[in-house]
Formats: sequence, C-alpha cells, structure tokens
Amino acid sequence: MANKLITQLGLPKWIANIFTARNIITAKDALSLTEFELMELLDVGLADVSRAVAHISEVVCPPCQTVLFLMEQRVRNESLAGHLPTRLKGLDEALSGGIPFGVLTELVGPAGIGKTQFCLKLSLLASLPANCGGLDGHVIFIDVESKFSSRRLIEIGVKSFPEIFHKKGMAQEMAGRILILRPTSLSEFTESLHQIKVSLLQQQVKLLIIDSMAALVLRENEGGYSGQQAFGWHVSFIKSLAEFSRIPVVVTNQVRSQIGDEAHKYSFQAAQNHLEKKADPATYDSHLVAALGINWAHAVTIRLVLEAKSGQRFIKLAKSPISPPLAFPFSITSSGIVLLSDDGMELKGPEINRIHCQGQNAFLNFHGERLQ
Amino acid sequence: MEVGRLPIASSKRGKLLSAGYTTLDSIFRSTVTQLARDIEVSDSEALEIMEIASHASSRLEGSSKGPATVGGGQTAWAMLNEENLSQRITTSCADLDSILDGGISCKEVTEIGGLPGIGKTQIGIQLAVNVQIPVEYGGLGGKAIYIDTEGSFMVERVLQIAEACIEDMSEYSHHFPKDFQACKVKMHPNSILENIYYFRVCSYSEQIALVNYLDKFITEHKDIKIIIIDSVTFHFRQDFEDMARRTRLLGEMALKLMKLARKFSLAVVLFNQVTIKHTEGSFQLTLALGDSWSHSCTNRIILFWKGDERYAYIDKSPSLKPATAPYAVTSRGIRDSTSNTKRIKMM
Repeated sequence: MANKLITQLGLPKWIANIFTARNIITAKDALSLTEFELMELLDVGLADVSRAVAHISEVVCPPCQTVLFLMEQRVRNESLAGHLPTRLKGLDEALSGGIPFGVLTELVGPAGIGKTQFCLKLSLLASLPANCGGLDGHVIFIDVESKFSSRRLIEIGVKSFPEIFHKKGMAQEMAGRILILRPTSLSEFTESLHQIKVSLLQQQVKLLIIDSMAALVLRENEGGYSGQQAFGWHVSFIKSLAEFSRIPVVVTNQVRSQIGDEAHKYSFQAAQNHLEKKADPATYDSHLVAALGINWAHAVTIRLVLEAKSGQRFIKLAKSPISPPLAFPFSITSSGIVLLSDDGMELKGPEINRIHCQGQNAFLNFHGERLQ
Repeated sequence: MEVGRLPIASSKRGKLLSAGYTTLDSIFRSTVTQLARDIEVSDSEALEIMEIASHASSRLEGSSKGPATVGGGQTAWAMLNEENLSQRITTSCADLDSILDGGISCKEVTEIGGLPGIGKTQIGIQLAVNVQIPVEYGGLGGKAIYIDTEGSFMVERVLQIAEACIEDMSEYSHHFPKDFQACKVKMHPNSILENIYYFRVCSYSEQIALVNYLDKFITEHKDIKIIIIDSVTFHFRQDFEDMARRTRLLGEMALKLMKLARKFSLAVVLFNQVTIKHTEGSFQLTLALGDSWSHSCTNRIILFWKGDERYAYIDKSPSLKPATAPYAVTSRGIRDSTSNTKRIKMM
C-alpha cells in the first residue's frame, strides 16, 4: 500500500507535482518525513502540507475490519478452524486445535531433544489427505543444518499412520509433497524466501518449516549490527508470509548457555536483585537460554520449549496468547513424539522460560543407536 | 509576532521579508493587490497570506485579555474538575486498578512494556473488551480500535475473554435491586467482537498513515473510547537506518496520539517491547525505542516477573505514585493474582 505513487493518490495536481519534483515519489517517502520537514522541503504552507498528508494517509492506511467479521471469515474459509493439529492431544487442547495458521510458532531446545522430529511429524500431518485429518497440502521444509532424514520421515509415517502408508504409492505421494530447501547462507535464504512467496500463491503449500533459524543467523555473523538489521528484515518478512498466505510457520531455535550472571533486570529492580542473589545461590547454576535474543522472542506468537529434566523430556508451552503456560512430559518413539500425559502441569514464574538440559548424554546415545 | 514565524512556505516568507514586510502589522497595512505586486505572487496567494497572518494575530490578541483566555489554555482549577470527571477503564484486576487509581485513564497516553510472554497482548484484548462494559455496570459503554502491528492478535482469545466478561456482568447484576434488573443489558459476545475495530499494520509507513487517519475515523465512528497499538515498536525496530529520523517520526506520532486522546477524551494504550541496554557497567532491561521516546507517553507501566507472579510497576506518571501490583493471566483474561487458589485449567 505504502509504495503507491504520489501522483496516483488523487491529490490536487499542483501539489502532487511539487512532491514529485522534490523526489518524493511514493506515499512511503512522504510519510517518512514529518509535516514540518515536508513544509520546508516542498516550500508549501503548513496548511496545504497537512491537508496533503491527511489525504495520503487516508488512501494508504490499511482497511478496518471488526473482530466479528474476522472471526466469521476464519470460520468460513479455513479447514479445522485455522489450526494444524499436532495429534498430541494435550497440546492440541491447550492450543485450541493445534498450530495456528498465520503466525510464527517457535520450537526451542537443546540439540537432540527432538525439535527436528517434531518438525518431521508436522510436515507429514500437513501433507496427509483431508479425510485423514491432514491439510492435504504441500510443505516447504527449509533445512539449514542438513538434518532432514527422509528415511526417518517415512518411518514416522508408517508407524503413525499405517493405514495410509501401507497403501501402494501413498508413501511416495506423501513424501513427494514435502519440498526440502538447503540454503547455505543468509543471502541464499533471502532469495529462497522471495521464491517461496511466489510459490505460496501458486501451489497448495500449507506449511512452512525453518529448521533452524538460529543456525542460519548465527553462522553468518557474530551479532554484528548490520546482521541484526538484516535479521530484522527477515523476521518481519516471514511474519508477513505467514499472515498473508494464512499458513502455519514453524521455526526452530537453538540454545546457548547463559553467559555469566545474565539474568537481566530492570533498573528499578536492581535493589531487589542484590537481596535475591544472596538468598538464592542457585541462580549461579549454568542454564540455557534461547540463542536468538529478545527481539526475536517478541516476534514469535507461540513458543514451545523442549527440555530435559532429571532424565525426563518435557514440552513446555512457554508463550501463547490462548493458553496458560503448561508442561507435558513426552518421549520419542519410532512413531515420533508422543505425550506421556495429556494433562499439562501448570508452570509459574521464571520456570516458564528456563530451559533445562540434564542427562543429555542419554539422548545422544539414543540418537547414535537409532541412526546407525 | 514576526513574519518569520508564520506557517507559510519558506520562499514566500523570504519574499515578504525582502520586500520589507517584517511585522504582521506591515502586512495588514498593505492591501491584497499591493502585497501581491510587492512579493510577486498571485492575488489569491496574497489573500491566503493575509488570512494566515490575521489568524495568527487574532490568536495573539486573545492572549492580552487576561490569563484565563490564552489561546487553548485552561486554569489548573478547571483541569482538576475535568480530571475528577475523567473516565477510567478497568483492567479486571483489582490490584492493578488500585495502583492505577481505577484503571487506564482516558485523555492520556499510557505505555505498557514487558518481556515476550508477560501478557501484553492479553492486557490489550482485555481492555478492548472492558471498554465496552455498559454504563449501568460502571463501564464506559464505548468501542475500541485495536491496531495490530505484530500479528499476535487472536480472535479466539477475544471471544474467550468477551464470554467471561459477560458472565461476570450477569453475576454482578444479581446484586442490583429488583426493579433495576428490568433494564438489564443483554450483551452478546458477538456484539462485543463487532465493536472492536481491527487494523493490521504491515510497515511503519502504514502505521504513521493510520495514526494520521484516525482523527477522521473516530469522527465518523462515534463512541470510540480506547485506541490500542500492539506494539508501537515492531516496525520501527526492524527497518530503520537513520535513528534521528526515527526519533522525529515517533515524536510526531506520539504528539498526534496525545491530541487524539484529548480531543475525543479517549484512552491511548501503546505496547512496547524490551531491549537490553548497557548502563553503568551492567546490562539492564529497558523499554525499546530509546530515551527521547520515553518522554512521549504520559504514563509508563512495566510488566515483569517476580518470583512466580506477574507484576506491574508504574515507572512514570505525573499523577500516580510509583507502585507495584501483582496480576494474573487466566483463561478468563486478566484477573487478580490469587496465589493460594489454583487457576482453572482451560480447555
């Protein structure tokens, strides 16, 4: 919208011409300056500038919808009321149906905890025919760390949906709907994002998975400023992709250990901070935090934390607009992730965002055994 | 007042000055045609200059008549009365309401910030619903504008909160005297959803355009009592290189929002994100968009975790004491934090 040309906005001819003469070509250019700056730049009275800006704003501003209209539209247009069921009963209930369309869902957890397994399962679910509870669509799987395993994908499929996968040709068709991209650099990724935008419109793509976002960004640079800027662009681009094509987007994130005493506080909490530290030496324990920082965390709508605590794996719903934070124990079987209990334990306070990783060796062994 | 300060194009200002028109008086002594000839502009342009000049001078004249009538001014006494009358929107959490002196204040810009997952969007949705509580129930009976810049708005969640709000109201209405119950307002969740105007903003220029357009929109749609921007930060944080320009644009936007708040006596609630700032040798959390932005809102509330509970802290306010209060996000929306009673597990 904001890239509309000034000359096509229906402004009076004379003032449109002045805008163009001063190299203010699009509505965005005009709105990127304050009215006072425009007055100086265009050499036109303030009243005229205000009128012109008001006119431009009215044309460019996004349309208004009532929430009721939005809801009716969703109900009408979307299968399964806009959710991709994960087939994990407790989690689906908490998320009121599954991974929602149109927003970013993040999976964060230590290596080997089962993020990729979860992604594989989701890609299968999205590609299943509608009469089997799937979305009957194509899946784009951006595999940054080269972890995608077709063998494992088929294995999960055969074990979880034997009735479908034992039909002749079905395995081929299901797997054929999943497109794997392996970008090697951020710029390559950017390029494929642009292509994806086009193909989302052309094909029946019903799910986008990026495994993992952190690897993509961290590999490229060590947190330089320009990197942050470029990353910001990616975040808003992926968000808009999700929103306008109304598909679920699942992104994985890595963890890193917390450096020093990094438990950030606001300045007004500083006084309390000292007291708490003395009282609670446990805060010195090293633990893990998500590799991508706060800016990224603000951008995701749903955050699922996968963690291990005393030998037991948990999937935690750490951020969700529709559910309180819950934790579900799970294990990984040959048919993928299964919940051991559908009743989530409710979490409170810092526990929600903490990522535990105890007994990790056990996982590595598990993987070693299974993959070799 | 000097000609140099008239809000007209700088070239015309230059022409006026070079032709010897240095004071407003000198413009009035001239005629339109003479002025047009002297500064080499068309008659209509000269007339326009005359009008602007006379407008400016009439504002000045008004000021000489006594302190109470300074253009647009108001005495502190009149303001006190107005403040007492000013309406507040409940947050549905008694503790939070009490530190806010009854809720989010109309005619003011309130900024609320906090870490991801602390419940910013939840508070936003709750306020969009609560603003519609009818006057009979001590509410405002207004409508809401919800500006979503992040795409985190969930329709299902609005429905949940709206249903809970109606349930609470019907429970409350049992306390009404019998004859009063006759006029019990029938509310349906759908009507609540219908009274929330939702805008999805996808770039900072759209955000600026929308804020510019709101004046007209609110004039056309009566009864709007709250504008919620969730979040004001997102786009301004992503695609800006020139930080000085960002500050100027944000400043202008904040000014316009403040004008809207006063003009239509509605509440403006802006949500902000959190960033990490290096001060005094340590890293601290602080709200995003920088120091000059922090001046542009009337009230600033920071949400944070303390132990196992969510707290709100009044970081800045001209009328409220700095205070903290616990709150909880439940399946029914924002509620009192009751650490001893278990939250109902939601479906």
